[in-house]
Amino acid sequence: MAILQLNGISKNFGAIQALDGVSLELASGEILGLMGDNGAGKSTLVKIIAGNFKPTRGTITIDGEAAEFHRPVDARNRGVEIVYQDLALCDNLSAAVNVFLGRELTRGFGPFRIMNYAGMNAKAGELFKELKSETRPRDLVRVMSGGQRQAVAIARTRLSQARILLMDEPTAAISVRQVAEVLNLIRELKSQNLAVILISHRMPDVFAVADRIAVLRRGRKVADKPVHSTSPQEITGLITGAIDEA
Amino acid sequence: MTAALDDAIKRETHGLAGWIMSRPAFWVFLAAVLACLVLSLLTDTFATPQNLFNVTRNFAFVAIIALGMTVVIISGGIDLSVGSTLCISAMVLAIIMNAGFGLALGITAALAAAMLVGAINGYLIAYIRIPPFVVTLGMLSVARSAAMVLSNNRMIYQFGPDEKALFWLGGGSTFGIANPVIALVLLAVITGLMLKWTRWGTRVFAIGSNQHAALLTGVPVRRLKVSVYMFSALTAGIAGVLEAGWLGGVTTNLGQSMELSVIAATVIGGANLMGGAGTVFGAVVGAALIEVIRNSLTLLGISSFWQGTFVGSFIVLAVAFDRLRTDRELEE
Repeated sequence: MAILQLNGISKNFGAIQALDGVSLELASGEILGLMGDNGAGKSTLVKIIAGNFKPTRGTITIDGEAAEFHRPVDARNRGVEIVYQDLALCDNLSAAVNVFLGRELTRGFGPFRIMNYAGMNAKAGELFKELKSETRPRDLVRVMSGGQRQAVAIARTRLSQARILLMDEPTAAISVRQVAEVLNLIRELKSQNLAVILISHRMPDVFAVADRIAVLRRGRKVADKPVHSTSPQEITGLITGAIDEA
Repeated sequence: MTAALDDAIKRETHGLAGWIMSRPAFWVFLAAVLACLVLSLLTDTFATPQNLFNVTRNFAFVAIIALGMTVVIISGGIDLSVGSTLCISAMVLAIIMNAGFGLALGITAALAAAMLVGAINGYLIAYIRIPPFVVTLGMLSVARSAAMVLSNNRMIYQFGPDEKALFWLGGGSTFGIANPVIALVLLAVITGLMLKWTRWGTRVFAIGSNQHAALLTGVPVRRLKVSVYMFSALTAGIAGVLEAGWLGGVTTNLGQSMELSVIAATVIGGANLMGGAGTVFGAVVGAALIEVIRNSLTLLGISSFWQGTFVGSFIVLAVAFDRLRTDRELEE
């Protein structure tokens, strides 16, 4: 039933306890808003799901099968795609090449394979159009605005048939129109039965698209409620600690 | 709405001329051409076939290694050991051929020795994560010392039955062009194609710009780094074989301090020491410019003690000029 299950995930970085026994479930077609103050552990949790770190304790289950990720590619192969907060882009390469980085399209002459720039530019252009973005596939990322860079990072996640999409602050640095486009995209992904975890500081965005909201504070999950049974005030209280648990 | 998007996407920002002028290698090329023109006017010896032959052959050795160095610098690293790798490659070639074996075996062994050096460099840098400057600095001493040990610090000038073939390879010419120059052109084309048209090349640029991003997207960063240092060492090995053929003898001080000329050539040619940028054309032109400067000082009768001043100043000038140009672009 649940496509993603986290059981008792804990993570230490030396003496620092970033996560403490976080358990979570996510169903296909569900959007989970993950909120919390800086340092609460949101990015760490999401990076564990994406295969960047291994949890110190706890298990990850995807579609009923246990998952142990040693590298981000392992998670990608199990249907997990992520948009990092710093976007993980290479400034000196074009938008299209950045989208395809690590899985570049090639044309072959026998045993020799060369880069298929035309194919990548075309496909990337399609993806940018889908995202209603003015990003140009051939432009270097170095000359792009925040919104265009965000489009490149999101387009990357559309390359494979992802089942779980993790987004770390996707609307933090982009224009108003772009925010609406990103939220529309997230709703579109929901209708395609993807499961989405959305980390965001922006309360209106989370309340606009999420089905459930989970709040982390100092590495522990202090709330996990359907969005219609909570309010921005309650969530704020949970984030700051004014409300202990809910 | 989508029509407006398409228009925005299709709009051109630079013409062709603008694109050419935005490349640092273009300005260095201009400087080199200018220098050649001025020299042809000031002296009657520069533009002679004999002098041009010498100039192109001399800079070919530095330029060949500069190809490998450019790739290393693009990836965000540095290789200080290329001079010593050239030496040990030439020494292995000399020892094998001196013992009576043929040219093919000699070259194979020499290049294998060079790539072994590169593999060790790459392994220490990529897997043990020691900084490239430190690893290659150590290898600079180790490789040269190994060459001394292997040869017992003798000079080797007899290369067995295939001696003439080796001397032709390094010192001869085909259709009037020195063989090392032909080798340079071939290697430059291959390297340029690899950087632009293979996944390997794209990923080298990616690692130099944002290694973490490359790692996250599944690029095999460590394997790639090993291959980059092996490639650099291979170019040094090739230059070692050619130089041995040209000089007709191998001593243990072959290639000493050459890494500095090679790095200077790549930097003048536009490679960014921070990683992520560099071109084959720039490396070759940078090496050419250094050699033209040296040649011009000789032809103009200026003491060779001044060479260092000119070459050193040029490195700084080339980078400063490029910085001024990009700063002005940002202000506009």
